[in-house]
Amino acid sequence: MTPTTILETRGIGKTFGSVLALREVSMSVAAGQVTCVLGDNGAGKSTLIKILSGVHQHDAGAYLVDGREVRLTSPRDALERGIATVYQDLAMIPLMSVWRNFFLGSEPRMGLSFDVRKARRVAREELRAMGIDIRDVDQPVGTLSGGERQSVAIARAVYFGARVLILDEPTSALGVKQAGVVLRYIARARDRGLGVVFITHNPHHAYPVGDRFLLLNRGACIGEYGKGDITAHELTALMAGGAELEELAHELRRE
Amino acid sequence: MTVAADERVARIGTARRLLIRPELGAVVGLVVVFAFFAVQSPVFRSPAGIANWLDPAATLGIMAVAVALLMIGGEFDLSAGVLTGTSGLILVTLATRFGFNVWLAMLAGLVVALAVGFANGMVVTRTRLPSFIVTLGTFLMLQGINLGVTKMITGSVQVSGLRRAEGYEGASAVLAGTIEIGGTSFRVAILWWILVTALATWVLMRSRAGNWIFAVGGNEQAARAVGVPAARTKIALFMTTAFAAWLVGSILALRYTSVQANIGIGQEFIYIIAAVIGGCLLTGGYGSAIGAAIGAVIFGMADKGIVFLGWDADWFTFFLGAMLLLATLANRLVRRYAEEMRH
Repeated sequence: MTPTTILETRGIGKTFGSVLALREVSMSVAAGQVTCVLGDNGAGKSTLIKILSGVHQHDAGAYLVDGREVRLTSPRDALERGIATVYQDLAMIPLMSVWRNFFLGSEPRMGLSFDVRKARRVAREELRAMGIDIRDVDQPVGTLSGGERQSVAIARAVYFGARVLILDEPTSALGVKQAGVVLRYIARARDRGLGVVFITHNPHHAYPVGDRFLLLNRGACIGEYGKGDITAHELTALMAGGAELEELAHELRRE
Repeated sequence: MTVAADERVARIGTARRLLIRPELGAVVGLVVVFAFFAVQSPVFRSPAGIANWLDPAATLGIMAVAVALLMIGGEFDLSAGVLTGTSGLILVTLATRFGFNVWLAMLAGLVVALAVGFANGMVVTRTRLPSFIVTLGTFLMLQGINLGVTKMITGSVQVSGLRRAEGYEGASAVLAGTIEIGGTSFRVAILWWILVTALATWVLMRSRAGNWIFAVGGNEQAARAVGVPAARTKIALFMTTAFAAWLVGSILALRYTSVQANIGIGQEFIYIIAAVIGGCLLTGGYGSAIGAAIGAVIFGMADKGIVFLGWDADWFTFFLGAMLLLATLANRLVRRYAEEMRH
């Protein structure tokens, strides 16, 4: 059985005034798969995810959700279609407890009141189902590590019905160990049948978890590969612009 | 799945959960201040003495609790003190000079107070100016109106004679009366204060609005991003302090049957001090209604206790300042300790 495609772009493009931020980018995300979007700073990664998550509208090509062409008008519109975005600067309140953050803006109600017992229980269960080891859901989010915070944000998106998870550089600000923690939750989300768009500039993070790799450079696609078509080494070389790297090595060599 | 999860939870859970409570510093302060005065003054610890110091605690406490909610939501209201005067002046003026029934005059005061709170909230949320400046403006304007209008109508700086107004007896019994408990008469305002504190605590801890209040004070952008109606929450908070100002203004007007046009000036900082002693952060996002109520008790104890000891009442502000500094330091230590215990 081939996995069902949820999101697809066909030759999508976006201009800001006279700047061509993105042109002719085609990609797809299927349920239970991870599509990695790789590129250096300014490659068009953030423009692409902003189109996918409804912040910007594309002005060329087609954007398809469940095989039908759409034009998302807002992040809320995207959310209603099950497309959730976890940004690098997460929407979390450091002084509030994990469970309060988990349900912020979508608090379960019991009569007039906020059903705090349910909120605590569900938050604990959901985090555990994602394999997230939070000692105590009553602790303030500010006391969690960066990786744990990303994980809570991912678990929250999963719980509130996301089918596609767009992760904006979730590992870039983290140490090696913390990044590993987050990669594990990306794999968990994938195993639960979510489609994941994983934006990163680190091929070492992308390769182990990705099923498809989309490489962007200067707003254009410079290659789309399945996992079988490319090795980690080739990906790294492509990503760094192999020739450029060799040139740099040459330049930096001791006289 | 069973909840037999993490052995680390049991070890640090209870201790930290107690320590992390924002009101902890205030509770310690309460015990210390009570012991200090109770040891030296038998009157202070007698039922009559308790009724005596609970009275200022009650009227201050109603305001401190409302101000605490607003501060948790990340804003200040410097106009709250003067607004108690405005509400009282409207009540007494309408009832004595324009023949309004006392209840109707109170209703008019409520409408005006809520309008002021709404205006504060609208200006702060629309312009994004600091609420410190916006409500400082409101404070000065109200101060001018209180004096100007009172002089215009009465030719003096006070209105009096509420006792003769229609409906005074009933309103006075509800808001300014006393109740006998074991032979000691307590002000009914104490009940209102307890009611306001209980309600505020419920809202903070057990309602969706409470979650939103913590969120808009903690990180407004993040709150907005997950769909919290930040502007509505803040406007409601400003209207809550306005409501509390109306309640306290009415209580005091009914009790004394007259209102000075300059009443309430300077009180706004006392409310903030009580809230901070109670564990509110000046930067928002953290605090407690019960803490603010306890802060008000400490204030009431010191206010009356100094008199009971036969000291010069001028020492009160010195005491208050020292208390504020100590409480803020204690709160910060407690919070740091709680946050460091994570691993």
